[in-house]
Order: sequence, then C-alpha cells, then structure tokens
Amino acid sequence: MNKLVAQDSYLTHLLQQCEQKPLVTDGFMADLLPSLRKRAAYQVLESCIPTKKDEEWRFTDLSPLVKVNFQLAGKGNITPNLEPLIIPEASHSRLVFVNGIYSHDLSDVSAIGSGIYVGNLTNLPPEHQGRIKQYLGNLEGTDTFTALNTAGFRDVAIIWASSNTVVQKPIHLLYLSVGEENPGFSQPRTLVVAEPNSSVQLIEEYGEAENSPLPYFTNGVTEIWVQENARVNHTRIQRESQEGFHIGKSAIVQGGDSHYTCTEVNLGGKLSRHNLEVHQQGEQTETYLNGLTVVRGEQVGDTHSSVFLTKPHGTINQLHKCIVDDSARTVFNGKILVPQAAQMTNAMQLNRNLILSSKGRVDTKPELQITADDVKCSHGATVSQLEEDEVFYLRSRSLNEREARLLLVDAFAGEILGRIPVAFLGSMFHAEAQRRGEDYDLYC
Amino acid sequence: MTEMILAVKNLTASIDDTPILKGVNLEVKAGEIHAIMGRNGSGKSTFSKVLAGHPAYEVTGGEVIYQGENLLEKEAEERAIAGIFLAFQYPLEIPGVSNLDFLRVAYNARRKHQGLAEMDPFDFEDLVAEKLDLVKMDASFLERSVNEGFSGGEKKRNEILQMALLEPTLAILDETDSGLDIDALKTVAHGVNQLTNPNNACIAITHYQRLLDYIIPDYVHVMQDGEIVTSGGKELALELESRGYDYFNK
Repeated sequence: MNKLVAQDSYLTHLLQQCEQKPLVTDGFMADLLPSLRKRAAYQVLESCIPTKKDEEWRFTDLSPLVKVNFQLAGKGNITPNLEPLIIPEASHSRLVFVNGIYSHDLSDVSAIGSGIYVGNLTNLPPEHQGRIKQYLGNLEGTDTFTALNTAGFRDVAIIWASSNTVVQKPIHLLYLSVGEENPGFSQPRTLVVAEPNSSVQLIEEYGEAENSPLPYFTNGVTEIWVQENARVNHTRIQRESQEGFHIGKSAIVQGGDSHYTCTEVNLGGKLSRHNLEVHQQGEQTETYLNGLTVVRGEQVGDTHSSVFLTKPHGTINQLHKCIVDDSARTVFNGKILVPQAAQMTNAMQLNRNLILSSKGRVDTKPELQITADDVKCSHGATVSQLEEDEVFYLRSRSLNEREARLLLVDAFAGEILGRIPVAFLGSMFHAEAQRRGEDYDLYC
Repeated sequence: MTEMILAVKNLTASIDDTPILKGVNLEVKAGEIHAIMGRNGSGKSTFSKVLAGHPAYEVTGGEVIYQGENLLEKEAEERAIAGIFLAFQYPLEIPGVSNLDFLRVAYNARRKHQGLAEMDPFDFEDLVAEKLDLVKMDASFLERSVNEGFSGGEKKRNEILQMALLEPTLAILDETDSGLDIDALKTVAHGVNQLTNPNNACIAITHYQRLLDYIIPDYVHVMQDGEIVTSGGKELALELESRGYDYFNK
C-alpha cells in the first residue's frame, strides 16, 4: 500500500489514538483484524470530515464536533449504576459495553439458551471463528465514520443465532459512555448474524452513565445479517446526553423471505446522526422501518436511511416521525432504490413532522428512485403544528388546553412507541414524554 | 314553568374581522328540540362553534345565557363540563389514541370537575358496552384510533356515542346528518331520540329536511346571512323543502 498523505488532520488524530491502543490480535483474530483495519485506516486517511457541501451532509453541520478535541476513552472513572437501565424483559440477556469496551461484570447472559452466541469478539466460540470473516466489516459501501470505527473498534458485541434457533427473549445491548478527564471518544461495534430460519429480537441502546457536563463522541457501527427466512426485530434507542455527539451506522443485509424491523427512538445528543442502510438481496423480503426523533433546546437529530432492493416481491414500509421544540432541528433523508430487477415491489414511505415552536426547523427529503415498471410505491412528508381545530375538539370534550396538547403530542409519538415490541420500553417512553411536557411547559 | 336552558340575545360574531353572525336570537327550554336550517354560509356552523367556545371566533356583541350563567365568559372545556356538547360536522381523527382511552379521558375529565372519583378502566368498559348498542357500534371500534379510517357514518355514530356517555344538558348537532345514507341516518337519529328527555335540550343544525323525519323538532328556524329570519313549528321544514330558501329572503 502506498504511503498516503493524510487529508484531514482531525480524522488522523482520532485514527492515531485508536492505533495506539489496538485490540489483541491473537489466534483467529490475527487472520481477521489486521487486513480489515489496514483497509479501513487507508480509507480514513483518504477522507475528510464531511461538510455541508457534501450531499449526504448538506443539512447537518459537523463543525461543532470538530471544535472538540476528543481523546479515546478508557474504562471510565466510575462503575455505572445499571439499576435504572435494566429492562425487565432482558434482565438476564444483556451485554454491556463501557466506552466501547466489553464489561464482563455488568453483562448478564444467564438466560441465553443454546443455539445462539451472545458475547464479545474475544470470546467467540471456535465454531464461528472461521466464518466471521464473511460478515464482520463486509458492508457494501462504507463512509468515513464507518471506516474510522472499523479501523479502531476495541471489541465487538456479537449475537449469532444458528439456523432454526428461535429466541424469544429480547437481547439488550447497552453501550454506555462514562466520562473521564477529557472529552471521550468511543466506537461501539455490533455484529448480528441470524442464520436461516432463526428469529432474534434485539434492543440496541446508547446512553451516558452519569450526567457529565463534558462533551463526548460515540461513533457506532452495527452490521446485521438476516439470512433466508430469518427474522430480526431491532429496537434502537439513542439517549445520549445533551452534550453528546452520536454518529451511528446500521447496515442490514437481508436474504430471501426474511423479515427485518427497525424501531428507532432518538431522544438525546447535541448532534446525532443515524445512517440506516438496508440491502434486500432475496425475493419476497420484508423491511419495516419505524423512527421517532424528539428534540428540543439546540439539538440536531438526523436520520438518513437507504433501502436497496434487488429482487422481485420486496416490501418496504417506513414511517419516520419527528417532534421539534425550541430551536432544535431534525433532518430526514429517506432513499429507496427500486431497480429494474425489483418488480412487484411494494414500497411505502412517510415522514411526519410536528413542530411545537416558532424557531424549530425540519428538513425532509424523501428520495424514491424507481426503474422497475410494475411496482407499487408511495412516499410523502408532512410538516405541521398542533392544529387549533384538533385542540378545540378535545377541549369541547372537557380537556383543558394543556391536557389536549399533551394528549395530541403523546398520540403523535405513540404511533411509533406502540410499535416497540418490548412493553417496558414503550411505557417508559410514554412516562418520559409526559414528564417532559410537565417539566418544561413544552407544548404550550 | 319549564327551565330555560339557553337564551341567545342579539349575538354577533366574526372570524378574522369578517362578521358572520349578525344578531342571532334564540331561546331553548328544557325538553325542546330545535332545528336550525339554512344554506351553506348562512352562519349555522359558526353559531354552533360560537356556542361551544371555538377560540377562532370572536364574539362582538350580544349575550348568551346558559342555565342562568353568562356562557361567553367560559372556556370551551368549561362549557363542556357545564353540559354543552357539540357533535362535530367533521369529527377530527386522532391517530395514536384509542377510541376507548379518548372516551375515558373525556368522561373522567368531567367527573373530576363534578368532584367524583375517576372511573377505573374496567368499570368504564362496562359502561361503554351498554352505550354501544344505542349507535349499533361494534366493540372493535373502541380499540381503533379515534376516528382514524372511520367512514363518515362511523364518525358520526362515534359522536353520538360520546354524547351518550357525556349526557349533555344541551346537545348541538352540527350537520350530523350530512353525508349519511338512510340506514346510518336512522341509527344516528334513533340514538339522539333515546338521549333526549324532559330535562335536556337539543339543537339540530341541518341542510336537509330529511333529518327532521326522524328527529321531530318542536321548533324550526331558518338562518340566513347570520340571522334567524323565520321561526315556526315542524311544518316550516316542509314548507322550506317545497318553496326553497329564497322564499324566506328578507
């Protein structure tokens, strides 16, 4: 490989820190990691931090990120208190990573049965070691932040369901940022392999352990392989602190007859971006994408999704909702590509936005590219405020103005929250929405 | 003497500085059913919204006494709590709120103001089940989001279901019959007839005489250009049907 002149000193600085603390490369990993990393590092060096001149980043300005000098985070100054974060349905099927590093003490996989591996990369059982190369880092097309993660992740959370394994219990992947002396930088990494006819439910959650006033930067990547006739139900929760920066990529590859559902809830982050990429690679593949972003203050919440169809009889159904208050902003860009080969596709995409303040801002860009001629595709975007007539309807049924507004906002969010398959989470978010409304006089 | 429920005197109201109501007079006593008829744009719907307290309309003059109190001083929700119910011409859809939850919230909001304990979900479900028959609604309606994906007839029946639960003293039906086929119309009218009694009153606003075959009014009023121009008994509706509104021009 030729020696390259680094393009971007900020990226180089982050990359170099990762290279100083490499993950062990013993045994099977010696075969796996060095070449993967080298390729990714090369890509990082060739790239620049995107600016608003890049089409993919034209609505989201990364300059607040670049102003902070992040240091690769270690194990953190404190042991996080897990109590409030435990999901009852997944209390014994949980992996915890602190600053991207696996925490054996905080994890509990005692309820995990046979036919599935839930653990970190270093402990991967031998039967999977030989095949991990087919999956890890095999995303089609990578962006700079994804490459940075690949070049520097410190461990990998792995869920690997063998053929015909149906796992009822949800698996909770909890990625916590724990503060240190300096603004920290961590790179969580997740790999899910659902072999043919298997079924897995996972909850991927990002958050901060204590209320540190320091900024931090989480750059996560999740790869999910949903093979023939397999099902993966993915709940993704982003609850970073108000000072946190979050860039996350979810890349999904689906085989024929498979089902993939993603329900994402984005509440936190000073600046957050989720890149969701789904590749339908078999016939009769079904994809359901649900999203809810709730921002206030000066928050920026950005979701970019791309769905690539390749075979006939694919289904994609997407509903993304945003609630914007104060001077906050949301961005939604939803791409669906239906090439000639993907006949009989049934694609639906809707982005609905509710602005509660006069200074809130929404950028939305549905993008359907259809070449096939026998398909059913629809898309739409709405931006609205609470309608006076809606409020009046409720008031004429005895609710006061405040109750009426809270109910309407709650209902707007509820359409997505109701799709979260884990009951505890749904009711927790409802309670949080109520609390927010009551604490901040948000909706009036 | 029968109790006076509503007394409207020389009521004027406008929206965005455009006068719509230009001096409406109306008295409604307990046990009475009044029909207000008129063309599109005559001010019928505005009148109903002003009575219910829609904030977009500005009352510019006159008075409205409801059960001895000045109605115009009250907020929309206070009017609802005091027993005024408006069945909407276009009931709103509220995706994400189940019909049952919505009904319970409305029902309990009123109970709270009456100093009664909120009714728990199980008892409430029993109560709703009783009322469903009245409007021939299936229990599955309760699980669906409020009015979302309901047909026109279903929406109107849902309004009457709310009316049945809230037991208003003064029910205002704003074109509840518009767009209904004859079966749905019969169902809605049957519901309303079951709910009226000597202690409450009803104002039915409509375009069509047809409704009045099923809900028999004690009085019929003709509204034109923001005023009630003629009042009479139920036979006035028939006359209106045969002679047309022009006959009643001022």
